[in-house]
Amino acid sequence: MAKKTATAASPKVEKGYKSLSMPARYVINLVLVAVFIFVGEAMIDGGMISRYQTGVLEQVGIYIIMAVSLNIATGYLGQLPLGHAGFMSVGGYSCAIFIMRNMEAFGVTARDFATGAPQATLLFVVGLIFGGIMAAICGLIIGIPALRLKGDYLAIITLGFAEIIRVVMQNIDGAIGMDLTGGQKGLTGIPSYTNFVNTFVVVAISLFLIHTMMKSRHGRAILAIRDNEIAAEATGVNATYYKTLAFVVSAFFAGIGGGLYAGCIGVMMPAKFGFMKSVEILVMVVLGGMGSMLGSVISATVLTILPEALRAFADYRMLAYSIVLIVMMIFRPEGLLGSYDFSLSRIIEKAMNGQLFKKKAKAAKEAK
Amino acid sequence: MADTQNRPTTGDELTATQPKKNRRPVLVPLETPNLVTERDLGKRPVLQAEHLGIDFGGLTAVDEFNIAMGPTEISGLIGPNGAGKTTVFNLLTNVYKPTRGTILLDGVDTAGKSVVEVNKMGIARTFQNIRLFSQMTVEQNVLVGFGNSMRSNLVTDILRLPGHWKQEAEFHDKALELLDIFDMRKFADVQAGNLPYGAQRRLEILRALATHPKVLLLDEPAAGMNPNETDELMENIRKIRDEFHIAILLIEHDMNLVMGVCEVIGVLDYGRIIAKGTPEDIQNDPKVIEAYLGKQGVK
Ligand SMILES: Nc1ncnc2c1ncn2[C@@H]1O[C@H](COP(=O)(O)OP(=O)(O)OP(=O)(O)O)[C@@H](O)[C@H]1O
Ligand SMILES: [Mg+2]
Repeated sequence: MAKKTATAASPKVEKGYKSLSMPARYVINLVLVAVFIFVGEAMIDGGMISRYQTGVLEQVGIYIIMAVSLNIATGYLGQLPLGHAGFMSVGGYSCAIFIMRNMEAFGVTARDFATGAPQATLLFVVGLIFGGIMAAICGLIIGIPALRLKGDYLAIITLGFAEIIRVVMQNIDGAIGMDLTGGQKGLTGIPSYTNFVNTFVVVAISLFLIHTMMKSRHGRAILAIRDNEIAAEATGVNATYYKTLAFVVSAFFAGIGGGLYAGCIGVMMPAKFGFMKSVEILVMVVLGGMGSMLGSVISATVLTILPEALRAFADYRMLAYSIVLIVMMIFRPEGLLGSYDFSLSRIIEKAMNGQLFKKKAKAAKEAK
Repeated sequence: MADTQNRPTTGDELTATQPKKNRRPVLVPLETPNLVTERDLGKRPVLQAEHLGIDFGGLTAVDEFNIAMGPTEISGLIGPNGAGKTTVFNLLTNVYKPTRGTILLDGVDTAGKSVVEVNKMGIARTFQNIRLFSQMTVEQNVLVGFGNSMRSNLVTDILRLPGHWKQEAEFHDKALELLDIFDMRKFADVQAGNLPYGAQRRLEILRALATHPKVLLLDEPAAGMNPNETDELMENIRKIRDEFHIAILLIEHDMNLVMGVCEVIGVLDYGRIIAKGTPEDIQNDPKVIEAYLGKQGVK
C-alpha cells in the first residue's frame, strides 16, 4: 500500500523538472472553487437544480466537513474516536442558539439570511465560529484525559461523551429552567442561514485550513505520532500537545459542520446525533481511505447522495454500512484511496513536463 | 529475548511500581577514573551518569552504571544479550525513570524531565529495532527532527503567511544537506518504509542528528548491515563526530565496528560494568573474555 502515497509539496529533486509556484497552485484551486460555486448558484437560480436537490448538495458539503474533520483524528492522528456526532451536535446547537438569540442585536430578520445582507452574513460567521469553538472546548475537555490513555479508551470515552451530550441536550432545559434546546421535541424555528454558496465557501475554507495545517511542521508532528509515537517523542515531538491539538481541531470543524447542519435542516433533535450518526461519518472516512482528504470528500459525497437517491431502501442503510465496513476491513483496510492525496497542481506539473502517463515508481525503484 | 522496545511502556508507568528514592543531586563533575581522549582532556564531560541503576520488580537490570563522556568522544557499550545495554539508553533518555543515580547532561540534572525535554537538552538516539515514520517521506522524517528548530506558530503556518514559506524553504535545504552526509538526497521523496534496510538505519541516524544533539546514542546501528555497509558506517560515525563535534555512544555486537571506531569501551554484564578501557585493553581483559567474548566468540 505504501507505494501509492506520493509525496506532495516537496519540489522534485530532479533537475529541469518544471513546477508550479505556490501562489499559482493556490490561484488554480481558488479559481476552481469559485467556478464551482458560481455555476452551482447559477443553476439553482435558473431552476436547473431544485430546492430539494439544493438541500442535498448542502448536506454533501456538510458531510464533507464532517468526514474530513474526523479524518484528522483517525487518518492523520491514528486514533479512533466514536463520538464525532457529539461534536456536531454541540456545534449545531451552539451556533443555532447563538444566531437565534442575537438576531435582534445584529438587527437581522430571518429573511435577511436569504438576501445575504451584510449583518446577516456577519452573524452567520460569528455564530458558526462560536459553534466551532464550543465543540473545540468539548474536544479539549475530553481529549486531555482520553488521549493520555493508550489503547482503545479514546473510542469508549468519546462514545460515552456523545451519549452524554445527547442526554444533556434533551434535559438541560428542565435542569436550568430555561428554554434553550427545546428538549426532546427539538430546537425548532432555526432560520435557514445555510445556503449553497456559504456552505461551499465554508467547505473550501475548511479544506484549505486542514490541508495547510497538515502540510506544515505541526501536521508532520501529528503524522509522526501516528507512525511511531515512541520515536516521535525521542525526536522531540511533544506527543501530548500535538495529539490534543489534532483532536481539538477535529472537534472544531465538526462543530462548524454542525452549525451548517442546523441552518440547513432547520430543526435540531438530540436523537439525530446518536451513535449511528458517528458511525455513518466514520464509514465515510474508512471507505475513502484513512489519511486521504480526497477519499473523505468523495465518499462523503457518494454516501450522502446515494441514500437520497435510493430512498426506498433507507431502512437497509445501516445494514449496508455494516457490510461495507466489514468488506472494506477484510479486502482493503486502507480504504479506496489509501492515503493518496489528490493534487491538481501535481497533475498539471506532470502534463507540463510531458510525463502525465509515466509511472512514478522511478524513485521508489531507485531506492531498492 | 523480550525486547523492551516493543512494549508501550513509558517512564510514567514504570515509576508507579518503583519505590521513590531521594536522588542526590551531584552537580560537580567527579574526578572519574574514566579514560578521556586527548582531544577532550581538561574539558567538562558532556554526559555524566553516576551510580545509575534500575530495578524491574525484583530484577536489577542495571546497577552502578557510571560514565563520563568527553564532548567529542566516541564510546562503545558492549555486552552479551540481555546485559542491560538498551536499558541504559532508556535510562539516559528518560524513557525509564532510574531507581538510583543521577544523569547530568552538560552539567544539568535530567531528573524529572520528559523524553521530549531530554531530547531538547541534547540527547538523541536511534533504536535497536528501527523506528522510522514509515509512511512519511525520507525528507519529512528529517524535518520532524528539525521541528523544534522551526519557530513559526500555528497561525503563520495555517494561513501560509510569508514566514511559513521562508522557513519551509530554509529547512527543505537543510534537510537535503543533512541527507547529503549519507548520500541520501536521491531518496528524499521516497517513503521511509520503502527504503532498503541499511538506508533505514542511516535515516534514523540523520533524523536524530536533525534535533541538534550534543550526545548521540546509537543502539546497534550495524545490525542487519552487510560488511560493506558496516565499513561505510564506521567512516560515517567518525565523519559525524568530526563535522558535528558531538559525543557518540554506541551499542554494538559487531566487534570490528566497535574495536575500529570506539575510543573507549565499556563492557556490561548482568547490568554492571565489568570492564572499561581502550579497545586493546578490552580485547585482552580476561574478565571480558570470560563474560562476553568467551561465550560468544569474536566475529
Ligand atoms: N520494561 C522492562 N520491564 C521488565 N524488564 C525489563 C524491561 N526492560 C528491560 N528489561 C529486562 O532488562 C534486561 C536487560 O534488557 P536490555 O534490553 O537492556 O538488554 P540488552 O543488553 O540491550 O540486550 P540485547 O543485546 O539483546 O539488545 C533484560 O533481562 C530485560 O528483560
Ligand atoms: Mg538491546
